[in-house]
Amino acid sequence: MAAVTSVGEAPLAAPAGRPRGMQAGRRKRLNAFRYVVFTLFAAFFLLPLLAMLRFSFEGSTLGTWSVAAWKQIVSYQGPPPLISSVEISLELGLLTSVVTLALLVPTMIWIRLRVQWISRAFEFLCLLPLTIPAIVLVVGLAPVYNKIRHYELSALMLFWAYVILALPYAYRALAAGLNAIDVKTLSEAARSLGARWFTVMFRVIAPNMWQAILNALLLSAALALGEFTIAYTLLYVNLQVELYSIDRNTPNASVIFSTSLAALLFAFVLLLIVSYAGRRRRRGMR
Amino acid sequence: MTSPQTQNARKVAGRAAVEVRMEGLSRRYGAVVALDGFDLTVQAGELVALLGPSGCGKTTTLRLLAGLEDADAGTITVGGSDVTGLPASKRDMGMVFQAYSLFPHMTVRQNVSFGLRLRRVGSAQRDRRALEMLELVGLSSQADRYPHQISGGQQQRVALARALAIEPQVLLLDEPLSALDAKVRAQLRDEIRRIQLDVGITTLFVTHDQEEALAIADRVGVMREGHIEQLAPPVDVYSRPSTSFVAEFVGLTNRLPGTVSGSTVTVRGRDLPLVDLSTPGGTVTALVRPEAVTLAPDSGGPASSGPLTGTVIASTFLGATSRVTVDLGDLTIMAQLSTADAAEHPAGSRVSLTIRPDPVLVSVDAPADVEA
Repeated sequence: MAAVTSVGEAPLAAPAGRPRGMQAGRRKRLNAFRYVVFTLFAAFFLLPLLAMLRFSFEGSTLGTWSVAAWKQIVSYQGPPPLISSVEISLELGLLTSVVTLALLVPTMIWIRLRVQWISRAFEFLCLLPLTIPAIVLVVGLAPVYNKIRHYELSALMLFWAYVILALPYAYRALAAGLNAIDVKTLSEAARSLGARWFTVMFRVIAPNMWQAILNALLLSAALALGEFTIAYTLLYVNLQVELYSIDRNTPNASVIFSTSLAALLFAFVLLLIVSYAGRRRRRGMR
Repeated sequence: MTSPQTQNARKVAGRAAVEVRMEGLSRRYGAVVALDGFDLTVQAGELVALLGPSGCGKTTTLRLLAGLEDADAGTITVGGSDVTGLPASKRDMGMVFQAYSLFPHMTVRQNVSFGLRLRRVGSAQRDRRALEMLELVGLSSQADRYPHQISGGQQQRVALARALAIEPQVLLLDEPLSALDAKVRAQLRDEIRRIQLDVGITTLFVTHDQEEALAIADRVGVMREGHIEQLAPPVDVYSRPSTSFVAEFVGLTNRLPGTVSGSTVTVRGRDLPLVDLSTPGGTVTALVRPEAVTLAPDSGGPASSGPLTGTVIASTFLGATSRVTVDLGDLTIMAQLSTADAAEHPAGSRVSLTIRPDPVLVSVDAPADVEA
């Protein structure tokens, strides 16, 4: 029938919104739900910690208070001395996060920019360590570490294993950061202005995923700081292994709580410092 | 008297304009042919707009020229030198993208001077040039803001300043206005044209918006399936389309059944001159612009049941003009009138139509009774 070629028509007006009263009521219910969920989860996490705190101050008879369990950590002489295992754990945290980031950041940006077709395979590889229990990893790693032991290298050598363990967490954090920016347009804009691939990666893309890099760093460091299974079974001493041996070598039952809390506090304070420093850096950038 | 911005443009126009020549360019994506033996020459200092529907190959052309993709075949020469094998970073072309492309972690000033920094221009000179460019786009007061602190239109202006700051040989604009609202789009469109004329840079502009292409370009290339259907000044593309595709893509077109004999086509009893005199005789579809159709109240006399009388079924207000749809019984036809004239023909009124005897293009490939 009719014969007219037409261009697009104006969109229809949006349907009228709901009355404000209903929205306010809904928001109130939602807020109440949030508070309930928050309280439940806070109780779930905090109650065991509070119980640990209480038991770490338990005296020799039930119901009394004492700081003996904490004193025992401070006065522990080793071998090795506690301070050296703190050092080792700190160095392991730093090394693990730096190596993980140095491996993942350029690789992931490169894959996103140039070889998108292998991204699925790369994701699978990075997430694989999640599916393998640490103890199974040890079975595979033990012969390698037995050879390394001949060279009398320090517990720092654990970072190879920790980098593998940290891969899934760091990958997820970095992938979220990469997804949040328009990598293709930014890189093409930079290239059209004369930037080479190295400049695109490190002066254009990486600074725009600073938050993701910081998250990956925190996760990798947290993993290395809290790791026990691999270090213990491969016979290396990090802070976690040291705290465990303090607890084992004392008849005071409260020490197990004080050492666990000390390990937790150590990691928590450290991550808080790193996170705070990262936020200051970001604010400075803006 | 020249404006300060024009004077500034003369200051920033660092080098002579060059000719861009693309010959036999081909690009495939798997089985899909995006460009097939594409040829285009953009004269020095000219602004050519590539216009076409999605998937016609216009963006591919721009990306091949920018070096963001490699051509399967063909050559690209800029100012006489072959750049086909050069990477994007060495092509010396400024590009403004459809998506906001400012670097979020840099201020406006740092964004504009980024290209100069890569060229190792000293910081004082870099700053001076960045400010000159920002003055050119009217944004020198925003130099220390971050991209998220300025509007979309301002971001695209900064992107334009950034592209021009490196004194490129060619400016490439990849639908830079499509993310903006209508008013800002029209303003920035005019501004881009002003700056392009002032700086005198050879420019390729890609758009799917016909109004934008017609308003801004020296020549418009209408693309279809990897090749240019017509490359001509905007007036010619609109009023003398060379193919039925161009006629239908650029502007609104009535498709009316007609019969060709000699140098005319007869449409509902009216003889209209043909654009293409070599059209063979027979039944065709005539493509008639709505503005070539005028309306008059039907007197109710003997002609009231003639082939060009009908009933107004709708009137669409477009501002200064209105589009009136008339039902002729066996087909509908659109007329574009001034709003004052359209008001005389409300929906339901009987009207008689006159078709202005402008040369018309006919299509022999599509039957007229198909609703488009």
